[in-house]
Amino acid sequence: MVEDDPADARLVQRAFQKVNHGLKLLRLKDGDEAVSYLAGDPPFDNRLLYPMPEMVLLDIKLPRRSGLEVLEWLRRRTGPLRRLPVVMLTSSRHSVDVNRAYELGANSYLAKPDTASGLEELARSFQQYWTRFNQPPSL
Amino acid sequence: MGPELKTILLVEDMDADARLLRRAFEKAAVHSTLVAVPNGDEAIAYLLGEGAYQDRTLYPRPGLMILDIKLPRRDGFEVLDWMRRQRPAFRRLPIIVLATSCAPHDVDRAYELGANSYLCKPQQPREWLHLAEAFNDYWIQANQDPDPIRGES
Repeated sequence: MVEDDPADARLVQRAFQKVNHGLKLLRLKDGDEAVSYLAGDPPFDNRLLYPMPEMVLLDIKLPRRSGLEVLEWLRRRTGPLRRLPVVMLTSSRHSVDVNRAYELGANSYLAKPDTASGLEELARSFQQYWTRFNQPPSL
Repeated sequence: MGPELKTILLVEDMDADARLLRRAFEKAAVHSTLVAVPNGDEAIAYLLGEGAYQDRTLYPRPGLMILDIKLPRRDGFEVLDWMRRQRPAFRRLPIIVLATSCAPHDVDRAYELGANSYLCKPQQPREWLHLAEAFNDYWIQANQDPDPIRGES
């Protein structure tokens, strides 16, 4: 999960823990950190401590590199990384953001719900769909 | 959250599978209309609004596509490639692959060509319902759709 706002990150963590399908959520704070992590730049080259994710939950408005820039970077890789599923999770519901994200290769786009129960509902359908039904690519 | 999604285009040559999916969608109370075409060429004609598909009241523009891989004429990979690389107008339409083969090289190739998600056809009739429910909760209720495609470019 790439999310700069600590309060939002906590709410998402809590919702995912409550639903718990065995999914472990690891949080990064900005776009540059996300790129370093995925590229395996030190210290993230230690994959025992910093395992490669099977999926990215990506905010759009991030300090340094934006979520859309991270997405663009990912899709331009030549190796398996370009297949990594990316779900946008953001407060923006603007169609320019939604359209742009899909055009850049986002797998799905979720708008942050305003309530804790809405977020829990979202975490439930997210985990049910992506962990139980979707076939992930090999990375 | 995403109640705008009215039409789903299903590209599926096996009548039995199309029937199973349709029935599962009805049972799962999926409110979108499922429109089925039997091969890749028809899928492209539908998207372009060619021939019989000119009438958009009968054949509305889809908000999402469910795509089989092994298809007569143009297969699912070719449809993906056409939509994502050759016709930018269709680049943002969400495409969920629903295939018999879940071999890693097929799954990987589909993602590389721009599939949004990859599902394996269930073996048991009951599993079709579970799949339809999860699909409904996620893609119809939770996911934000891009703007519908206006014609082709």
